[in-house]
Amino acid sequence: MEFIQNNLEQIYFIILCAFIGIEIISNVPAILHTPLMSGANAISGIILVGAIIIMLDIEPTDYLNLTLGGIAVFMGTLNVSGGFFITGRMLKMFNTKKNNQK
Amino acid sequence: MSTLIEMGYMLSIFSFLGGLKFMSSPKKAKQGNMLAAAGMILVVALTFYVGLTETVPYINLTIIFLAIVLGTILGKSISNKVEMTKMPQLISLFNATGGGCALILGIIESQFDASTSGLGNQITLIVGLLTGAVAFSGSIVAERKLSGKIKEYKTKAAILFGRSVLLVIVLLPFLYFSGVLPIGFPAFIFAVAGLSLLYGVLFVLPIGGADMPVVISLLNAITGVATACAGIVYNNKVMIAGGIFVSAAGLFLTILMCRAMNRSLLKVLTGTFKKGNKSSSAEAEQVVRELSIPEMVMQLSFAKKVAIVPGYGLAVAQAQHACAQFQHLLEERETEVHYIIHPVAGRMPGHMNVLLAEAKVDYSNLKEMDEVNDEMDTYDFVLVIGANDVVNPMAETDEDSAVYGMPIIRAYRGKQVVVIKRSMNTGYAGVSNRLFEMENCALLFGDAKDSLQQIIGQLKMI
Repeated sequence: MEFIQNNLEQIYFIILCAFIGIEIISNVPAILHTPLMSGANAISGIILVGAIIIMLDIEPTDYLNLTLGGIAVFMGTLNVSGGFFITGRMLKMFNTKKNNQK
Repeated sequence: MSTLIEMGYMLSIFSFLGGLKFMSSPKKAKQGNMLAAAGMILVVALTFYVGLTETVPYINLTIIFLAIVLGTILGKSISNKVEMTKMPQLISLFNATGGGCALILGIIESQFDASTSGLGNQITLIVGLLTGAVAFSGSIVAERKLSGKIKEYKTKAAILFGRSVLLVIVLLPFLYFSGVLPIGFPAFIFAVAGLSLLYGVLFVLPIGGADMPVVISLLNAITGVATACAGIVYNNKVMIAGGIFVSAAGLFLTILMCRAMNRSLLKVLTGTFKKGNKSSSAEAEQVVRELSIPEMVMQLSFAKKVAIVPGYGLAVAQAQHACAQFQHLLEERETEVHYIIHPVAGRMPGHMNVLLAEAKVDYSNLKEMDEVNDEMDTYDFVLVIGANDVVNPMAETDEDSAVYGMPIIRAYRGKQVVVIKRSMNTGYAGVSNRLFEMENCALLFGDAKDSLQQIIGQLKMI
């Protein structure tokens, strides 16, 4: 109960986000489902921010956690950059063909 | 200072929303992607900047910086190289990295102030760790399966084992928090992490190929939950918002895919099909008509309106370019060509659309199933390439069939139907296809790409 009391703001925020998210995404047409998925996948790489925040708190002599944190940052970045690059590449194909035909 | 950072965070939440919003039209989608990426860069830069202004040791900053540079370079080079037919594998792989990141975060965080942070925070931490671990190992198994490295492993034992592991994962926190388990918090966390990794593997293993679109979407949603949980632990709104948007997208696609197959999520996850009545589906010998390529080209040359129904076979044979060439050739002869795409064609949502986009097929030629299903009889010629269950008329007529109730493309209503297939093997659902026996249907056996190239060669000569 106390947890809910303390995080009431957070909970409102989550509920609103969920509704907005579903509302926006349900308008995406079937042809763009793959880019939507890889784009969303890239956004989930925002966990990278968490990895950076935790890295800032680790003692510089705590080598084990530094390594783990480094791997986490690396994986998060891979998720973000790979996701956005591949989405961009896919969407470029959707665009060029339009120009070709005209 | 911190107000500025908060504002930057807020700005990037808007950029994610805008990015997703722009995804609703093919013209704006590219800008949408840029916008979301810009938002992401802003958040990362701001967070890094916080590190610079505080007294953080240089070794930490250097590691962060190097990891980001390395990750970006690797991500760029992987995504430049990959073939479009391998897209589902790649997205699973990237999803795995996100899940892995969440898993490691959970482990590190648990060693710090976890014991003092209260029950609520601890539970959020555990949920984040658990979902991250399941997404990580599950996505890796999915990737291996999609590239054909692991076979489907659908035994009762695997399913039962998976369920018992899940039960233990659910029970463990209760035991720990009620003080029954005499272990420290870090040890408890490691137990949960290990079991969750195991569960991820067992969770994806029994799921079959054609159900992959559902699983990939679901794993995506799970990573989203992991991200949101981490966001709650760090009290970071961007992470919460990003995670929730992603799980909304993943869940939306999961439900859509399930609906397109007329199967409940639970049935997909346990890998069960409605039991088909043997007497109706076990006709061993189907009488089918085979067609030669010259005959088919002959029929094509009279057709005024042609529909192409692509399926996973097209992706396997990498026939998308041949297919586009075939389309252009027909269009030069003033034949109208439409592609009709079933929502679950391929191995991930929208897979066929990406392949055809790669082959520079204009999206005005692409039709969704519901758009054209009522006017299928206006097509003079329907060419089914490497699709099976999605055109099986038994889904509409035979109540005993395992595919009954699944929405299908009514290819059988076309005036002439030709199916390019490698063999008489049944599709994923394991039922025979009544379409092949119909009078207006003929089969052309062979690899999709080879067959299309031969057809193109002969069509050019007419």
